[in-house]
Amino acid sequence: MATESHSSGEYIKHHLQNLTYGQFPDGTWGFAHGAAEAKSMGFWAINVDSMLFSIGLGLLFLLLFRMVAKKATTGIPSGLQNFVEWIIEFIDGSVRGSFSHQNAMVAPLALTVFMWVFLMNLMDLFPVDWFPYAATLSGVPHLKIVPSTDPNVTFGLSLSIFFLVLYYSVKMKGAGGFFSELAFQPFPKFLFPVNLLLEGVGLIAKPISLALRLFGNMYAGEMIFILIALMFGGGWVLAVFGGALQWAWAVFHILIITLQAFIFMTLTIVYLDMAHAEHH
Amino acid sequence: MNFNATLIGQSITFIFFVWFCMKFVWPPIMNALETRKKQIADGLAAADRGKHELELAAKKAGDNMRDAKAQAAEVIAQAEKRAAQIIEEAKVAAKEEGDRQLAAAQANIAQETNRARESLREQVAGLAVAGAEKILRREVDAQTHADLLGQLKAEL
Repeated sequence: MATESHSSGEYIKHHLQNLTYGQFPDGTWGFAHGAAEAKSMGFWAINVDSMLFSIGLGLLFLLLFRMVAKKATTGIPSGLQNFVEWIIEFIDGSVRGSFSHQNAMVAPLALTVFMWVFLMNLMDLFPVDWFPYAATLSGVPHLKIVPSTDPNVTFGLSLSIFFLVLYYSVKMKGAGGFFSELAFQPFPKFLFPVNLLLEGVGLIAKPISLALRLFGNMYAGEMIFILIALMFGGGWVLAVFGGALQWAWAVFHILIITLQAFIFMTLTIVYLDMAHAEHH
Repeated sequence: MNFNATLIGQSITFIFFVWFCMKFVWPPIMNALETRKKQIADGLAAADRGKHELELAAKKAGDNMRDAKAQAAEVIAQAEKRAAQIIEEAKVAAKEEGDRQLAAAQANIAQETNRARESLREQVAGLAVAGAEKILRREVDAQTHADLLGQLKAEL
């Protein structure tokens, strides 16, 4: 929508803004128009588009798999069951490969993480203008359809996983054991402030890197799609070139989408495995 | 980056999704997979067993066949031997019977010959006496010479 009335900068900003609902500083409630308004709402605002699309995609995954699970036959599987079983066996193999303890929660968790992140990333393949344009026509000021380009979403996932890591660390090693793991290595005990600093940073870095890796990749990918989309407004030569570029980037993005979902899942498993592992 | 309550909403959603997946999605599918794996393993084992049994049965059938053939050959050999024996016996019996009948026939012939000879002698003696009677009729008194005639008769 790089029309005369919108500059390129406005176009990009428009596409990168979530549909945020919250309380304005003057006390009224409503949707934010633009980043400044969204910021002024403070913490107690919610990105309606992120929530709707992420929950919708999560439900799509769960209901699809639940449908298969209900009808799961031990005989010859149907096409859909075959597909679901293929994914389940892939996840199961990954968990068996990286997680060496007994915990019935890890494999379903890994499946949820993988499928959910994959579906959220997959939304990136829709042309960037379709949904925001349709939304604008129906009076909604902003619409970002790729939930994983919203740091709230990726941090929501990684912080939940981080709390699981903390919970299992304490459960498996005891509070003292967990503390000694943080404080009494890698250097001798009398250097425990240094150890605590090093290990603490390492611990905190896990959820942050997990969330930022996914967010960064998807955000950058989205940004490139938007930049390519800008070319459509620059005459037909540029538009054709832009179309070719968009196709190429979309094909490459299929790899990124899957890879990021896989990395997120694998790191989740590894972090949980480390939380279960008895150190030294 | 603008953090807001979406963070919390997302976490709650995530926890609910994981719980749902752990409760209603993962176990049934995993169960189906495990059960099928076991069924396939059982099926393969049964197939192996069946193959093994088939081999055994084939071997047994071959053994039986060989035994039956050997037995049949034995029976045939025995039968042939017995037949030869019966023929031999029959030959011997026939020869004996023949000999015996020959002997009986010879004895018969000898007996007949003797009898014929006896009757001939009597007839010759009668003829001789009759001839002598004719010659001596007048001179010889039958009564006086009866002893002499009887003696002659006996000598002939």
